[in-house]
Amino acid sequence: MAVLELRDVHLTYRTAQGPVPAVRGVDLSVDGGEVLGLAGESGCGKSSLVACVLRLQPRSATVTGQVLVGGENVQTMSWRRLRAVRWGEAAVVFQGALHSLNPIQRIGRQLVEPILLHDSAATPRTAADKVAGLLAQVGLPETHADSYPHQLSGGQKQRVMIALALTCDPQVLIADEPTTALDVMVQAQVLELLVGIARQRDMGVVIISHDLSVLATTCHRVAVMYAGRVVELGPAQELFEHARHPYVRALARAFPTIGEARSRYAPAGLPGDPPFPDRLPGGCPFHPRCADAVDECSSVDVRLRPAGPGRVAACVHVGAGVG
Amino acid sequence: MSTQPAGNDDDPGVDAVAVATTPVPSQRAVARARRAASLRRFVRAYASRRAGMLGLAILLVFTLLALLAPVLFPAEMLDIIETVDNDALAPPSGEFWLGTDENGRSVLAVLVWGARASLIVGLAASLISMLLGTLIGIGSGHFRGPFGSALQRLTDWFLVIPFIPLVVVLAAVLGQRGLGTIVLVLGVTSWPGTARLVRAQTLSVEGRPYLERAKALGGSDWQQMSRHVLPNVMPLVVANTTLTVAIVILSETTLAFLGLGDPFLDSWGTMLDKATDAGAASTGAWWYLLPPGVCVIFVVLAFTLIGRALEAVLDPRLGRD
Amino acid sequence: MSLPGENDTGSGPVLEVEDLSVTFRGRGGLAARALDGVNLAIGAAEIVAVVGESGCGKTTLGRSILGLVRPTSGTIRFRGEPLSYAARALKRYRRDVQLVLQDPTGALNPRHSVYEAVAEGPRVHRLGDEPGRVARSLAQAGLRPPERFLLRYPHELSGGQRQRVVIAGALAVEPKVVVADEPVSSLDASVRGEILALLLRLREQLGLSLLVVTHDLGLAWNIADRIVVMYLGRVVEQGSTEQVLSHPQHPYTRALLSVVPEIEHIPSVVLSGEAPDPSRIPTGCRFHPRCPALADGTAAAAGIADDCRGRELGVLPATGDHLAACHLRPPPLHPPAALRESAG
Repeated sequence: MAVLELRDVHLTYRTAQGPVPAVRGVDLSVDGGEVLGLAGESGCGKSSLVACVLRLQPRSATVTGQVLVGGENVQTMSWRRLRAVRWGEAAVVFQGALHSLNPIQRIGRQLVEPILLHDSAATPRTAADKVAGLLAQVGLPETHADSYPHQLSGGQKQRVMIALALTCDPQVLIADEPTTALDVMVQAQVLELLVGIARQRDMGVVIISHDLSVLATTCHRVAVMYAGRVVELGPAQELFEHARHPYVRALARAFPTIGEARSRYAPAGLPGDPPFPDRLPGGCPFHPRCADAVDECSSVDVRLRPAGPGRVAACVHVGAGVG
Repeated sequence: MSTQPAGNDDDPGVDAVAVATTPVPSQRAVARARRAASLRRFVRAYASRRAGMLGLAILLVFTLLALLAPVLFPAEMLDIIETVDNDALAPPSGEFWLGTDENGRSVLAVLVWGARASLIVGLAASLISMLLGTLIGIGSGHFRGPFGSALQRLTDWFLVIPFIPLVVVLAAVLGQRGLGTIVLVLGVTSWPGTARLVRAQTLSVEGRPYLERAKALGGSDWQQMSRHVLPNVMPLVVANTTLTVAIVILSETTLAFLGLGDPFLDSWGTMLDKATDAGAASTGAWWYLLPPGVCVIFVVLAFTLIGRALEAVLDPRLGRD
Repeated sequence: MSLPGENDTGSGPVLEVEDLSVTFRGRGGLAARALDGVNLAIGAAEIVAVVGESGCGKTTLGRSILGLVRPTSGTIRFRGEPLSYAARALKRYRRDVQLVLQDPTGALNPRHSVYEAVAEGPRVHRLGDEPGRVARSLAQAGLRPPERFLLRYPHELSGGQRQRVVIAGALAVEPKVVVADEPVSSLDASVRGEILALLLRLREQLGLSLLVVTHDLGLAWNIADRIVVMYLGRVVEQGSTEQVLSHPQHPYTRALLSVVPEIEHIPSVVLSGEAPDPSRIPTGCRFHPRCPALADGTAAAAGIADDCRGRELGVLPATGDHLAACHLRPPPLHPPAALRESAG
């Protein structure tokens, strides 16, 4: 059963300059125990998508489609139910979350707070025990419950944020750029932790990153977003090694394989910049930067097409039935 | 926001770019246009704040009165020799709208001239305070070693000096209690507030990477402070100075009322002082006592409203400008 | 002693760092040895990557080279001349050695137009033909036609364009060496390649030497001739990029490489914990508390476990050979270079 399902989700912001479509029709699903990677760069809509899952989008934004957490639509549920779902069913570790710890409260106290909020049967003693267990699960010694945030390193703070997300035993955990601003070794530790949690708790985990190579080795499946849509989806390793969409191919090449002669002195980049959601090019939004663009790319907006078993890609060059 | 620039690619032949020097005049012209546009934006933002517009209106009225004082009430009207024949402390009448003071002068005339005095003192002292405060504030924020600490100590020291004893001491030291002394004293006691604000803002700017870049490019301390720190600090200083004017005017009034002001200057404070000396409160000469007090309140209110509105509009957290 | 860099003109390295140490004093009087003896040499038109995690001292090394941090001991030499901290000499030095920062958004004053940002350097040094210089630098940095960008403000540009403006600003004073601190880590993945390609092109066309400070080994593979791996203030391994990344000798380098995705030839070793802070450097080999070779018994088998814990290693010399500062002498791929014992 899918713990998280997005069906044709659209999110449009209302601004002084008119409506800005940040998410333009996304379909995704995550099962319990599965790790889904979501790759994309600035402006692709991934942060907006994350906000939808907990109905955290600003009031001026309109959301259509269904956002199902454990089968219930988050966007239409009652306020009371929403408060229970937030953190209790789905939790998010936001980008740059390590900076959002309250600097004047001890870690233990901050972790205990959501437990007491959500579980009416919890007492301070049971909550403290649970916090100790959580800290152990994220690889931190119990004594850190008495520490203040400034006494912890970046990697340790990120672990605390993950522990915080797990306090109410959600079914879904979304980690938005959990490894940026961390050293490579700490990144590896955090990713290992997230994969372990997914397995042990049978949780659906979504990892968002702009580094496709990291997602390829950590996740089961990867979806790549561009200009508010998913442009390719498939098994992680396969997608990384044999991407069908030109943008995904370029993204895969952006981080070179060390030891490979062809990337030595040959950094591979894409000309131009990712488009802003308020001025998308006509037709396929990627066509101005695409090396394989043909005439129809500037006028025909391609949707996802089958590109092999369990794979879809949104490109004219991906013909239906062509593997 | 940005359009895709043509030719963002890199082609070889980096030296073979022939560059016309025509961009320079057009770059100045466009920079001017940008400044004009941001000024328009500022004016629009300010105009939308009703409190600020009210303050501005009040200030305009007083400024007009102050400017037109010699026209509306010729200087002779203040000469006590000329007015000795008038009834002293007479209540308002057709001839004297606000009655007369103890020397027979029209209270209204003195009031309008008083506006001049108060505004001049307020602005002059605030200017001194702004200059000193900005210089010392930026200095103490930028220089880290003993020099910066010394400036900071200086600021703290001046901040806690009690204001009235200082006036008395300075007046005694400087020998006479003229307008210049008053302006000097008020300027010297008001700058620490500005300096502290400027220092805080300087410290926040100093932490930004573009300051480090300026240093790495070889910029001297002076260049760093003038090109990067000052423009970021100025909006705050302007807003703060406006509030300082209010405080200074109030302080001058206080000083004069206590008898420490310039006795030959006809400011609102001296009016209040003379009024109480002449026993206006006990004889019920409200037309002498009330108007200067009310004027002070209105002018101080005006500057406060303007200052607050400026702060809100120029808040750097709200974006550029 | 072999001189580094194949592009060496035979006139010696452009920039040399000798026995550099930088100690910061913390609040409680704790001394943090951010740099604890580093030797480095950069040749003309050479790209050297300094790699390591946070706390290793690579940023301090970069800033020392730029003259922004005064070393506690050691010398920095530009073209053979030691760096002088007198105001005028330092300013002259700043024309030759320039900086590109990590975050292009923070590096540009939001109130200054692109023209003003790039002209800042030439103005400070009173270099003539300011408009010409600005336009040329923008073109060199790949922003063409320059006129289109002169009047823009940073918030109107994309991240990649902002970084190009920062690079143009550095180029405007015609430096010989550019120190780039994480030049692409805050940029989008698809833009990364373009900026790196630009840096390579600048090396080819202008003969620029580059010191790139980064934690990204892939970046080093993309553009660096040589790589220097740092840990807790010392260099633990150095050599040509191919040698170090294909046959890493030091256990730390091996661990770093092993966690890079796509690396197959080294089994993944995720080190536990994090590097201790520079005020508490371990005795003996500073890596020994986290060293997998010590933990899994390889060191004990080689009989050097006590050395790892107690005997300090020397400071590596600034040569182009592939060297590693490790008690465990792996099968020699290179003639064992003499490790100078450090003064401490």
